[in-house]
Amino acid sequence: MNAKTPVFSCRGVRVSVEGKEIVKGVDLDVMPGEKHALMGPNGSGKSTLAAALMGHPAYEVSGEILLRGERVDGLAPDERARMGMFLGFQYPVAVPGVTVASYLRAVLSARRGADVPVREFRKEMDAAFAELGVRKEFVTRYLNDGFSGGEKKRLEILQMLMLKPEFALLDETDSGLDIDALKVVSEGINKAHHADNGVLLVTHYQRILDYVKPDVVHVFMDGRIVRTGGFELAGELEAKGYDWLAPATVGAGEEATS
Amino acid sequence: MSNAQKNIAGIRDDYTARYGFHNVEDYMTKLPKGLDHGVVEAISQKKQEPAWMNEIRHQALDIFLEKPMPTWGNMELLGQIDFDDIHYYIKAKGEQARSWDDVPEDIKNTFDRLGVPEAERKFLAGVTAQYESEVVYHSIREDLEKLGVLFMDMDSGLREHPDIVKKYFGTVIPTRDNKFSALNTACWSGGSFIYVPPHTKVDIPLQAYFRINAENMGQFERTLIIADEGSSVHYIEGCTAPTYSSDSLHSAVVELIALKDARIRYTTIQNWSNNVFNLVTKRAHAHEGAVVEWVDGNIGSKLTMKYPAIVLKGERAHGEVLSIAFAGHGQHQDAGAKMIHAAPNTTSRIVSKSISKDDGRSSYRGMVVVTKKAHGCKTNVECDALLIGDAARSDTYPTMDIANESVQVEHEARVSKLAEEQLFYLQSRGLTEDQARLMVVNGFIEPFVKELPMEYAVELNRLIELEMEGSVG
Repeated sequence: MNAKTPVFSCRGVRVSVEGKEIVKGVDLDVMPGEKHALMGPNGSGKSTLAAALMGHPAYEVSGEILLRGERVDGLAPDERARMGMFLGFQYPVAVPGVTVASYLRAVLSARRGADVPVREFRKEMDAAFAELGVRKEFVTRYLNDGFSGGEKKRLEILQMLMLKPEFALLDETDSGLDIDALKVVSEGINKAHHADNGVLLVTHYQRILDYVKPDVVHVFMDGRIVRTGGFELAGELEAKGYDWLAPATVGAGEEATS
Repeated sequence: MSNAQKNIAGIRDDYTARYGFHNVEDYMTKLPKGLDHGVVEAISQKKQEPAWMNEIRHQALDIFLEKPMPTWGNMELLGQIDFDDIHYYIKAKGEQARSWDDVPEDIKNTFDRLGVPEAERKFLAGVTAQYESEVVYHSIREDLEKLGVLFMDMDSGLREHPDIVKKYFGTVIPTRDNKFSALNTACWSGGSFIYVPPHTKVDIPLQAYFRINAENMGQFERTLIIADEGSSVHYIEGCTAPTYSSDSLHSAVVELIALKDARIRYTTIQNWSNNVFNLVTKRAHAHEGAVVEWVDGNIGSKLTMKYPAIVLKGERAHGEVLSIAFAGHGQHQDAGAKMIHAAPNTTSRIVSKSISKDDGRSSYRGMVVVTKKAHGCKTNVECDALLIGDAARSDTYPTMDIANESVQVEHEARVSKLAEEQLFYLQSRGLTEDQARLMVVNGFIEPFVKELPMEYAVELNRLIELEMEGSVG
């Protein structure tokens, strides 16, 4: 593999939901070892983009999506996941009756393409639990069922640690976290990130960027990336808000999906 | 949708291979189709019964003939039952054996394929295996026998312990209760008779397995379980049948009596082939401080109508019905529970879960009654239905009849569609669509499965997995 191949790219990605275009052409290259932040106001279409990149069946997507130079658009979400894509959900979904442990073993086995032996799995799970400060009793709880917002987010990042993705899309991972949880979750992301994989943080606030420092910041408004810069761009947004970057074409009352 | 069609076609392939096979008919007795007093008399004669039972049968036939078909439930399917096209009594060659070696080979092979002797060796305290109308094999652990535990087929029970049978037979479910209880009473054969002496704990389950082999068969087993004061017993039943293009009828009557402080758990894994009408009456009497639990799993049959009931007759008695129904293509699972609080400070819980897939249909029909004198009762009802696919259907018919004010009632009913978001979440972590769907369904039935002995939980999970294979949401 050529070292210059981006770990993740999109080319002219457009996303429509029920005939309405939400994402209007996105180009992006995340190089190995990079962390990117995609920042934008509520309703700009960030979450739609994240879910569409992962292959959500409700979205019509055009354009090219590549993981390490290989086309993944057109593949089912589980195929993308097994190739190494990961989407951390803003609202992780509950699956009552399925314990965290049995779920984690199933997804880990899926990612690796073979059943992970129980003992090996236990060891890895225990280590990840310790890393994220998740209490042991969570292994027997039902997946995301009755979890607080913070607990859900910890479990998302715990999965990122265990699944070792090539490229992780993290959708509003910071929302609903108090400062302590934010620190723990951020440390988890930093730990899961290494010189050969990539991360795209999708966020409304600059807060998490103090802990997970991005190399590249994109400003996303009305379905497009309107500005790309370095880490300092996040600081600028913090100080000035988003309005100064708004393209003239954005109508104030226009509806969009987040 | 081509995938759905593939799935519909696929399900029964496996059933036929695993359960739906049949033996060549080799019978000692096969009464001609149809039911009249002559047939009832013939059954009674073969069994050389006491006159009082003979009389009960003939009366029951009259009641059956005079009672109309139910005017509720799935009347369209009920209307398909042709009572003249059914054999009401069939007995295979050979006598009841206490060793599998003495069971005719083809029948032994059948139960081998169904895993009955294996289960017996591994974790059961006693087994009866019924083939057509008669029990062909029966065993009970010696230590239990020494303690005075009685476990045998109902015919032997009547022969060997007529006093106990006469005292309790038909006291929980009178002949007249409904058309199908009358039918069963007229032509019953086989089933289990269990008596557990006072303060005796049968801590390992007893099991009965019911097998239909012939086409157009009517199986009418009769079960009576009496747990004397302070005793406990767990009874498990399973059933399967060959897949035929014509219908068979299974209509059982099961009466449970839990005397003071006794405990009965009755577990059913019903896996009839899709050409069996399963119309069953099950009821228990729970006396003072007694606990009765029905754990009722319905996977098979064309139409099941079954509402296990508990009459809480004594103070502080507790009743539970935990049921799961799985309705696939062409199936209607009309199941539920009845809880009658007839004494003060009695408590009950009903948990009903159903899964409907393809054009399958499940109904929950439940009734909770609290009589006027039954103060301080508590009851909790929870119904969950899961729909897979747009053609699946679920209905809930809850009835509450509360005549006492000091009662705590909780009722919850939920219907959920297998959510796209759940599937997407699980798929985004690498599980295939099928794996994701199966995980959601397994989670849904988990509260039921965890009440089963481990071996049955494994089997149930496997069955569900087969039913879910390649299904399309």
